[in-house]
Amino acid sequence: MPHDKSLNIEDLQYANLTESAESRSKLVHTFGALAELGHEVASRSNFQDTIRTSLHLILGSLGIMRGGVARYSRFEHEFNMLAVRGLGESFPLSLELCYEDERQFLTNGLAPIEVAQAAVLPFFQVYDRTFSASRLELFVPLVIHEETVGAIFLGEKATGLPFSSYDREIICAMGRHIGSAIAQRNLLAEIERRSEENRRLYDDLRMTYSDTVKAFAAAIDFKDKYTEGHSVRVGKYSEIIASELGWNADEVEGAAVAGYLHDVGKLTVERKIINAPYRINAKESAELNKHPSVGFEILSPIHHPYTDVPLAAKYHHERIDGRGYPDGLYDRQIPYIAKVVNLADSFDAMTTDRPYRRRRPPHEVFDDLHRNSGRQFAPELVTAFMRGMLKELQGESKEKRFRKLLGREYMEAEGLASSLRNILNSMTPTSPLTRISVGQAHG
Amino acid sequence: MNSEGASLGTASAKTAVVYADDYLNKLTGEKIERECKLLLEEGCTELVVDLSRTEIVNSIGVSILLGVIDTASNAGARVIFSEVNETTVELFDMLGVTRHADILDRAA
Ligand SMILES: [Fe+2]
Repeated sequence: MPHDKSLNIEDLQYANLTESAESRSKLVHTFGALAELGHEVASRSNFQDTIRTSLHLILGSLGIMRGGVARYSRFEHEFNMLAVRGLGESFPLSLELCYEDERQFLTNGLAPIEVAQAAVLPFFQVYDRTFSASRLELFVPLVIHEETVGAIFLGEKATGLPFSSYDREIICAMGRHIGSAIAQRNLLAEIERRSEENRRLYDDLRMTYSDTVKAFAAAIDFKDKYTEGHSVRVGKYSEIIASELGWNADEVEGAAVAGYLHDVGKLTVERKIINAPYRINAKESAELNKHPSVGFEILSPIHHPYTDVPLAAKYHHERIDGRGYPDGLYDRQIPYIAKVVNLADSFDAMTTDRPYRRRRPPHEVFDDLHRNSGRQFAPELVTAFMRGMLKELQGESKEKRFRKLLGREYMEAEGLASSLRNILNSMTPTSPLTRISVGQAHG
Repeated sequence: MNSEGASLGTASAKTAVVYADDYLNKLTGEKIERECKLLLEEGCTELVVDLSRTEIVNSIGVSILLGVIDTASNAGARVIFSEVNETTVELFDMLGVTRHADILDRAA
């Protein structure tokens, strides 16, 4: 809020200090209240407490017997009482307004309205009995930046005297402070509401993106009748690896998307090459091997929020020993996400039936991953992947992610858990000595 | 704050004394109102509010004391302030508090 909440020159002018009829001690007392009100409104204390304190300050500064502070709801067209003192049990918690009242209050601004002389307005006609039962004398619409944000209701002065112009100036200055506090609170509520709305919009967008990606993956898989569901599975395996690596939710989602879309370049490869029920020849192979680069071309113009999906597509056939394609990159030259997708892709290729061979048994697959660690695969990715599977086999993870992808029978192969444990033990260095021996084994 | 029975005022009046403190000048001072309400419900007809421990009364304090006066008058009881210093008496006079409550030992 740009509105100044502390005691300022304007307030002093409003209070009309020069009015000599008022005693010095009265001024000291009133300005003490004004200063404290400014301080209270500027403080970050609880809104309800701020309003209650404000009501005390306004009543106590001028010796007013009773009163209340209300907040205006634009949507309900009513004042909702935030704090009341001495107005009696029967005083309503909310008071309705009509359009005419609203308009009049806006034009009136912060100036106190004499309840007894406001009978022309519907508001005072409707609540006539209530106001006289509560012995209300003044009504102050809290108009801040040309918007009614609330109201102050005030009863009679303890002196029994009518409100002086000095009193009215003080009430006006205090009303501005209280109105600012309410306006500030409204703004805060609005910001909270908008950010909630924003979050929902973002979630919607995120879901739209994720749906689009899945639809794409389905389109890619549709072209290849022998590898039905391949892209979706590679997405899910990539997701498992990423979460085993401890990546955050966005990064895990990014890995899944990279997996879903890694073969998008196959959309341009002739169907008969993709679906060839035999090992393809060199020419066909060259054609097929273009798919990573084509995928990169397709994906590059699209903005992907969580990870470099185009690079994952381009380099998912690279190997860390430099014998992959299209560029024959070595270990560190290969984007990490591409290594993740490569492992997921290879694992799915080995564990599903292909036109020219059956899926390979689990022990063979994991031996292969182990043997090719440091050659084709990054070792820490292989261990992360195996750790994920072992956790599931040992019942440590609730979600049966592998079982859903590989089938129950495959997961129940005899001795699978123990051979995974053995491989993991041999791959996880526990001392410098074993680290050297692993290095030598791979050298 | 505490309260005790005391024999002040008329013989037929049931009198209670409540002690205010510096907390009177904050939102926490509202507890004096609750205390008075309880005493009034118990049939107390004369409330003595002892301000000997209250150096100054600010606007919040005044508002709370006006609340006490209002509650008491609704219950048909009267309020007496005791041990009030000169500055506070002046303030009470100026704001009209003394029109609704008596001040004991006005010279204090
Ligand atoms: Fe591929």
